[in-house]
Amino acid sequence: MTKKLTIQDLAAMRDKTRSLTVLRDGAGRAKVTVHMGTCGIAAGARDIMETLLEEIRSRGLQDVIVTTSGCAGLCNREPMATVEIKDQPPVKYVRLTPDKMRRVIAEHVLDGRIVAEYALAVGSETMY
Amino acid sequence: MKHHRAHLLVCAGTGCVSCGAFDVKTALKKEIERRGLADEILVVATGCNGFCEKGPIVLVRPDDIFYQRLSVDDIPLLVEEHLIKGRPVARLMYTPPADTKPVPKMADIEFFRHQRLIVLRNRGRIDPEKIEEYIAYDGYQAMAKALTEMTPEEIIAEISASGLRGRGGAGFPTGKKWDLCRKEKASPKYLICNGDEGDPGAFMDRSVLEADPHAVLEGMVIAARAISAARGFIYIRNEYPLAIQRLDIAIRSAREFGLLGENILGSGFDFDVEIVRGAGAFVSGEETALIASIEGQRAAPRQRPPYPAQSGLWGQPTTINNVETWANVPSIIRRGAAWFAGLGTETSKGTKVFSLVGKINNTGLVEVPMGIRLDEIVNNIGGGIPNGRKFKAVQIGGPSGGCIPTELLDLPVDYESLTRAGAMMGSGGMIVMDEDTCMVDIALYFLRFTQEESCGKCAPCRIGTRRMAEILAGIAAGEGRPGDIEKLEELAWTVKRGSLCGLGQTAPNPVLSTLRYFRDEYRAHIEDKTCPARVCKNLISFAIDPEKCVGCLLCLKACPVNAIAGERKKVHVIDQALCIKCGACFTACPVKIGAVSKLTGEKGRALVPEATRATTS
Ligand SMILES: Cc1cc2nc3c(=O)[nH]c(=O)nc-3n(C[C@H](O)[C@H](O)[C@H](O)COP(=O)(O)O)c2cc1C
Ligand code: SF4
Ligand code: SF4
Ligand code: SF4
Ligand code: FES
Ligand code: FES
Repeated sequence: MTKKLTIQDLAAMRDKTRSLTVLRDGAGRAKVTVHMGTCGIAAGARDIMETLLEEIRSRGLQDVIVTTSGCAGLCNREPMATVEIKDQPPVKYVRLTPDKMRRVIAEHVLDGRIVAEYALAVGSETMY
Repeated sequence: MKHHRAHLLVCAGTGCVSCGAFDVKTALKKEIERRGLADEILVVATGCNGFCEKGPIVLVRPDDIFYQRLSVDDIPLLVEEHLIKGRPVARLMYTPPADTKPVPKMADIEFFRHQRLIVLRNRGRIDPEKIEEYIAYDGYQAMAKALTEMTPEEIIAEISASGLRGRGGAGFPTGKKWDLCRKEKASPKYLICNGDEGDPGAFMDRSVLEADPHAVLEGMVIAARAISAARGFIYIRNEYPLAIQRLDIAIRSAREFGLLGENILGSGFDFDVEIVRGAGAFVSGEETALIASIEGQRAAPRQRPPYPAQSGLWGQPTTINNVETWANVPSIIRRGAAWFAGLGTETSKGTKVFSLVGKINNTGLVEVPMGIRLDEIVNNIGGGIPNGRKFKAVQIGGPSGGCIPTELLDLPVDYESLTRAGAMMGSGGMIVMDEDTCMVDIALYFLRFTQEESCGKCAPCRIGTRRMAEILAGIAAGEGRPGDIEKLEELAWTVKRGSLCGLGQTAPNPVLSTLRYFRDEYRAHIEDKTCPARVCKNLISFAIDPEKCVGCLLCLKACPVNAIAGERKKVHVIDQALCIKCGACFTACPVKIGAVSKLTGEKGRALVPEATRATTS
């Protein structure tokens, strides 16, 4: 099987592959951090992570970076995630469930509307 | 490829591979699978990241966390802590030599911060074995532009305007070279990529080929269109198996995608390349010798002119450029000559890749803008000299380059400044030397190298370098005579003027430049019979200070010829007649005791071992 490319194919291949490697540049439009300290994991952070990745895949989102971080110091409100839209302050969501996570993606990540009912506060810890 | 939440970029350049990168990669993949993270996290093998000394290296993106000196045993912890719990592991990060706190992010590490990547832009970023990843980072866009939107004249005008000069040594303007070849009537014409890289300690070209082979191929197709060549050859030494393998994969996938071969990108233009493996002699990197080697003859240089551009491979017009030169071409065509010419100095544009080795904290591969001060490379990127020693000189330009002393650390690194200082750009080897380096010894080392690599065709090179090496060896052995320096200088100029190829023409450079900056050191060897750096064996001796020695037996056990006598808790003594000056005792004696000293110009006092003295204390 040969796949001789034309110039249009070349451009299309660039755009497609590039969208998948965008996180190697450490730059995306939005970044979602799932807090994965011990209590976060115990409270179900893994399910949140899986939901998040599933949503990103099924919606074909290519500019959303997903990372993890450690204990945020609010163990009683886990699972938590922080959503950062480029050039906007980060928003921390607490006591998430897979359904809540889906709503955060639809409304905050995609539409830019903060889901105030789940949000704890605006702000984020650093990683070190 | 799928969407993942993290990419682990495992360096798989030769350096990291030799210290276990593939084992680390396998362990990572296994651990990630075991933890059920295979769908979330992608492991990618990339080309040399530059900081080879710290290998094996893994970069975690998007977090930009830089892990170094990894072993298979570190992997479970790394996966558990960083990838599951999101707590980067400080213990596996890089800590600068003068610091105690690690620097987690690659972007903050001094070694990387001062670099400017054009040639190595894809290093540690793409999988060199996946053509799609090269394409993702604008790969083959410049070629598409050159094939469909530009005339050969326009391509050459762009390269000329960029100011790009050959990175293989002499720095000849690349656009001019292509233009000479384009204007030749004869056909067919050929292209050659010079990947011989014979300089000891240099690995720039190997790294480019390993990290980004498509950049070289793309550069060659662009030139092929400019001079209308249909065939190209990439000459790589056989000692570079990984580079050959990656290039081979790159060529095959480029052909499969229609980016090499017939009717490239449907433009009607045909061009193909093949790999030629070189035997790896230094002189076969010289262009006419290399051409002879591709033709199947012995790799010996011939008279120029005619230059390869007029009469090269099989007597046809041939454009030959260095690996790094080729790798610069796509960026220039894609981003324009003005962008490239905006970087660097008046006469030297763009960047240069150096391999930084020797007595320096951060050894590795660095790409810096032309005109950067030497001091920035040695101290900021290189992190200074280890073990509290002082900087003495940096040897630039490979075996036929020159040494640049401390006083000139302010020197901007460009073709002209280096030549004026008695060194040369060469292909980009930089060997840093500290105060424990003897300049006579260094000159001798390089001269022996070129003497052994001389093809023997011309008398000045063959006989002259031998005679020079003999004189230098005499000086180092303490048998130097007045007049030796003048004789060396005279011979040096004869060899330079009388030799046919660049090897002979530059071989005396290390001698001339060390004489220029370190003449006193030569004089000390000849007149005082001392070696100020305490290196030349005939001029030094080792002695134990009875006041300091605590009688720990370490030196005695280390001495390979039993030249040391002594007993536990008694002062030890070296028998000078037996000592072969290997320095093992010097290394063995604990630093904080420091009882063994290296002397020059005086012999250690003849002492009797304490244990056998008449009066014991
Ligand atoms: C003894 C000797 C060895 C050389 N070795 C190399 C080499 O290993 N790689 C290289 O690119 N050029 C080497 N050169 C320079 C080549 O002859 C030639 O100038 C160069 O490949 C041209 O490419 P450029 O214009 O892109 O620099 C060597 C020259 C001499 C005299
Ligand atoms: S200068 Fe030396 S290496 Fe070059 S052709 Fe003459 S003998 Fe051979
Ligand atoms: S320099 Fe080597 S041979 Fe001489 S005394 Fe020390 S260890 Fe023994
Ligand atoms: S190693 Fe140093 S302290 Fe120990 S016996 Fe030798 S000279 Fe003395
Ligand atoms: S581990 Fe989640 S807040 Fe403490
Ligand atoms: S080979 Fe890994 S950093 Fe050079």
